[in-house]
This record gives sequence, structure tokens and C-alpha cells, in this order.
Amino acid sequence: MAKAFTNLMNDRAAAEREKAGASGSPDAGGEGQIVRRMKVETRKLNFFYGPSQALFDISVQIPEKSVTALIGPSGCGKSTFLRTLNRMNDIVEGARHTGEILLEGINIDGPEIDVVALRKRVGMVFQKSTPFPKSIFENVAFGPRLTGVSDRRELEEIVSTCLKRAALWEEVKNRLTDSAMALSGGQQQRLCIARALATNPDVLLMDEPASALDPASTSRIEDLIFELKENYTIIIVTHNMQQAARVSDMTAFFYQGHLVEMGQTQQLFTKPREKHTEDYITGRFG
Amino acid sequence: MISPADMNPPTSTVVNNELRQALTRKSAVRPAEVAFSFLCKSAAWSSLGILCVLVGSVMWKSWGYLDWQFLTSFDSQRPELAGIWAGLLGTTWMIFLTFLTAIPIGVGAAVYLEEYARDVWFVRFIRINLSNLAGVPSIVYGILGLTVFVRMFDLFAREAIVARLTGHIVEAVVILGVEIPLPLGTTLAAGALTMSLLILPVIIVATQEALRAIPPSLRHASLALGATRWQTVRYQVIPAAVPGIMTGIILSISRVIGETAPLIVVGAVGFARFAPGKIGSLSDLAHHPGGLLEAPFGKYTVMPVQIFNWVGQARQEFQGVAAAGILVLLGLLMLMNGVAIIIRNRYQKKLRW
Ligand SMILES: Nc1ncnc2c1ncn2[C@@H]1O[C@H](COP(=O)(O)OP(=O)(O)OP(=O)(O)O)[C@@H](O)[C@H]1O
Ligand SMILES: [Mg+2]
Repeated sequence: MAKAFTNLMNDRAAAEREKAGASGSPDAGGEGQIVRRMKVETRKLNFFYGPSQALFDISVQIPEKSVTALIGPSGCGKSTFLRTLNRMNDIVEGARHTGEILLEGINIDGPEIDVVALRKRVGMVFQKSTPFPKSIFENVAFGPRLTGVSDRRELEEIVSTCLKRAALWEEVKNRLTDSAMALSGGQQQRLCIARALATNPDVLLMDEPASALDPASTSRIEDLIFELKENYTIIIVTHNMQQAARVSDMTAFFYQGHLVEMGQTQQLFTKPREKHTEDYITGRFG
Repeated sequence: MISPADMNPPTSTVVNNELRQALTRKSAVRPAEVAFSFLCKSAAWSSLGILCVLVGSVMWKSWGYLDWQFLTSFDSQRPELAGIWAGLLGTTWMIFLTFLTAIPIGVGAAVYLEEYARDVWFVRFIRINLSNLAGVPSIVYGILGLTVFVRMFDLFAREAIVARLTGHIVEAVVILGVEIPLPLGTTLAAGALTMSLLILPVIIVATQEALRAIPPSLRHASLALGATRWQTVRYQVIPAAVPGIMTGIILSISRVIGETAPLIVVGAVGFARFAPGKIGSLSDLAHHPGGLLEAPFGKYTVMPVQIFNWVGQARQEFQGVAAAGILVLLGLLMLMNGVAIIIRNRYQKKLRW
């Protein structure tokens, strides 16, 4: 089984991991190693939709400039967990939680925290691409405009940079004023990523960003995630085990609102500590 | 596994008689279907037919009255000199002023109800009653307008509260050099405010529906980019709802142009030989631009009230004048609706969902 999964992994991802291992793997190494800074952390997070509890005692630590995959069967609370990190759950009526959510050590639920500023730092890409019914340019420029950027030159600069980072520039550079709705599903999803990058976040939350896409678009997005990791901390929900194995450094397995196991992706996929995890990733239940 | 050998067997096709039975139609025609489609067709054509007869007979009656002179003249005791210019101007003013107040209030109310209000019983009560309000007979709005705008609850009468509090009988206030009568009396402003009340439910309900049709994901996407609630509503939700809002406006344009009863109640003049604000031509406008501010606070007439007045005249010739007026009214209606529809379609194309 272990071998099968290793084969599934993207060569580059494997190479990268090896490199990280060689220079002193931060998490696997244990005491005495270089400590990687934690970007996102939750402590005993319990989450409720009205009377029903969706998350139980979730404590995670997510290092900066890494990709963390959240896996688990449908309805286990992956999206819920993701949305607590940029407080998108505030919108849900009757939702509440206990426990702490820290962004670089700062409690994001603190009374002094401006949720609008938080969401600019913690960007989000939804499962279903949601372009605004406006031009491609306006889609990407929306975020910067909100922060008061109005200079045309500056906006053009930001738009082209973000589209390039999202690997969409070549396809749309000649039709920036066209409606974003005219793009293909895969292009729309990359546009949404570009749009999220334009607010200059440092954490990027992605909820099944490739679930509706063909293999080619999926692999472009995976490449993109790989590149973005240089600068961003990425947390990605996926139902695709191969994808989790290919793109992520860390993987967290959720089951019925509980965090069953979290660890290095390679370790989790090859030597899961929990029986549950093993059953899930081998497809014995789901 | 399907091996290549399986793909190339000797084939034989067996006719499934049971299936043939199920697929065979029982009779050549289905009587109910034929009857129903006939009923639908005749309903559609008869309504078109009635419309043609109506317009045709109005055209017939108006023969000899609908000309340039009719369009550009004020009213007259003599049918051959009577014209609809005062009504045309009055109706144009009425449309402008009505939408000036009704659109911001209506859209604002709908945005509040859909985007901000929490789902408490009071809000639900308002939501239910808005649709009911759209069905209230227009004369009721006329009476409401009479009390609220024309008389202003008699607050400014002798011995009434304002006189007692200030020690003066207040008859008007002057703002920016424009005298605003208090109470408003039978002015264009009172008429337009009454009409706004009348169309508010339509605009609110249409806007609410347009807002509801916008997927929540659009709002979430905007909020997730760090937009505030107001920025989300202002830059994403309302622009996406414009076509729906325009539909509400198109529906209400017809009412503003056509309503007669409430305007008679709030005092539109039947026989008018003046233009609102004394601006009856471009040269009037050049000599007296201040009239634009005075117009809302003066007397006025509108086309349907003029037509109503002509229909009631004893002299038979006035029936022809009235018919000509009806044609002008229909023309203006189509023009206004056409413009609104073009604007809406432009916008829809720009949105490209
Ligand atoms: N807005 C909501 N109100 C009430 N309950 C909700 C709401 N959203 C989610 N839930 C419930 O919370 C639980 C977790 O849902 P969540 O969407 O986080 O699951 P998920 O792991 O993302 O599933 P999937 O893989 O299908 O997307 C589910 O039982 C779901 O029914
Ligand atoms: Mg989900």
C-alpha cells in the first residue's frame, strides 16, 4: 500500500519533501530542530450550528509557507473548519464556537479584531467558482479597489501580476474587459485564485478548488498551489487522495467533526497511526 | 472485462413485441390535448383582437384631431383649439418626480429587508403586507395622499398644533428661494408623492425578488475578499439586481402614466392653460430657469385627467379630442417602456451571467 501511494505522488512533490528532509524536517525531526513558525493554530475548537455540534476539540498547528490538506468523508466538517479560519461562519445565523483560533499568535475572535481586515489577510477560494458578473479585470481589481487603490496604472500592475501568478495571464491578457462569466470552469477557478491573491493575503484557504475541473485544469491548479507555497500558507480541502498526496506537506484527517489524525503527508499516507485513517485513505469506507 | 472477441459476435436482433405495444399510440389524436391548445390559442388571439378593436376605434374617433396643433397647444373651450401640451408636460414631470422619490426609497427598503433585516416576526409581517399593498385600489392611495400630503393632517391650519406652538400661521417655507407651500396643497409635489406611495410596493417587491435571485455565493465571494457588508451590497449585489429593479420600474411606469382617480382626489386640474413652473417651451426655460424648481410646488394637470375631463364634456367633438389624447398617452407609454426596456437589456448584456 505504501508503495502505491508513493507512486501516486508527484515527482516534484516527492523531491521537494526529500529536500526538506535533508535540511532538517521541522516537524518530523522532534526536539532540537529548527522550529518552523506556526501561521495558523486552533486550540480546543468546538463549533456549533445552533444546537448541533459540527467540530469537536480541534487543535491543529499549521506552519507557515506550507500546504496542509484536509481530508475526510462528506459532512465531517472540513468546510466548517476552513470557514472558521477567516470567520466566514460569522455570516451563518446561529453559528458559534468555543476555543481559540490564532493567526500568528493573535486570537482572531478578539473584540478588537476587524473581520474585514482579517479576511484580506486570509483569502478564500470556494469549491464552486464564483466570478463576479463583471469583466475579468474588474474581478481581480475588486479587492485592491476596496483598500482604496484607484490609480489605473497600479491596478493594471496588480491585475497582471495576480493573473500571472494564477497561471491565467496568457489565456486572458487580450480580453481583460470581457465578462468573467465567459471563461471556462477551470479558467474561472484560476480567476478566483487570482482575485484572492490580489488582496495580498498570506494565508489561502481553498475548499475543493479542483473538484469541478477536468484533469488538465486540475493539474494546473496543483502546479499553482505548488508555486504559491513559496509565499503563502495554504490550507486545502480535497476529496481526492492522490491530490492530497501530491500537493500537501501536511494532511489532517477529519471524521464526524473530530480530528482523527494530523501529520506529515508522507507519513500519514504510508504509515497512518490510526486504523480509521488507513481505512479511509485506502477507500475501505468513505 | 470485454475482450475483443466479445465485441464481434455474430449478431441477431429480436423484435420485442411487448415494447412495441407500449410504444404504440392508443389513438391518432388526444382530444384533451387538442381542446386545451385550442383554448389557449383562442385566449391569446382574442386578447390581441380586443386590443386591435380598441385601438382601431380610438383611432377612428380621433380622426382629424390628432395633429401637431393638438400636441403643442394648451386646453381650450373650443374642441378644434384644444391640445394636450399641459398634460404631456405634467405627466413627464409626474414620472420624473415620482421615480425621483420612489426609486431610492423602494430600493432602499428592499435592500434593508433582504440584506440587513433579521428574520423577526415584524419583518415577516412587513414582507407579507407589501404584496397586499400592491393590490390596494388606487383611489385609497388618493385619499391617503389627500390626508398626508395635500392637507398634512391639517397641522398647519388655524388653531392647529403648528400655529399654537409657533404663534404664527405657517403657510409656506422658503428653501433656496423656492416657496414651498405648507401644507403642500394640490401641487405637483403632492401628486407625485401620492403616486410614489402607489408604486412603492411594486418597486419594493420587484427589487426584493431581484435580490433574492442573486446567489448567496456572490455575497460570500465578496465578503471573503474583505469587503464590508455595505461594499458588497453597493458594488456587487445592487448592480447584479439592476435588471430586476428595472422590471419593477417598467411595470410602474404604466401606472404613473395611466392613473387618474388618485390624482383627481389630490387635485390635478382638469382644465389647464399653463405649464408646470411656467415652462412650456425651450425659450421659457431659457428666460426662467428657476421655474424648474418652482414647478413641483405649483398646480398641474396630467394626460389622463385631461382626457377624463374631455370625455365628460357635453359637446360631441370633445369625444374626438379625448380619443386623440388616449393615442398620445399610449404613445408616451410605449416610448417610456421602450426606453426602460432598452436600458435593462443593455445592462443585462453587460452583466452576462
Ligand atoms: N449552514 C449550516 N447550518 C447548519 N448545519 C450546517 C451548515 N453547514 C454545514 N452544516 C453541517 O455541519 C456538518 C459539517 O459540514 P461541512 O460542510 O463542514 O462538511 P464537509 O466536510 O465540508 O463536507 P463536504 O465534503 O461534503 O463538503 C454537516 O453535518 C453539515 O450538515
Ligand atoms: Mg465542504
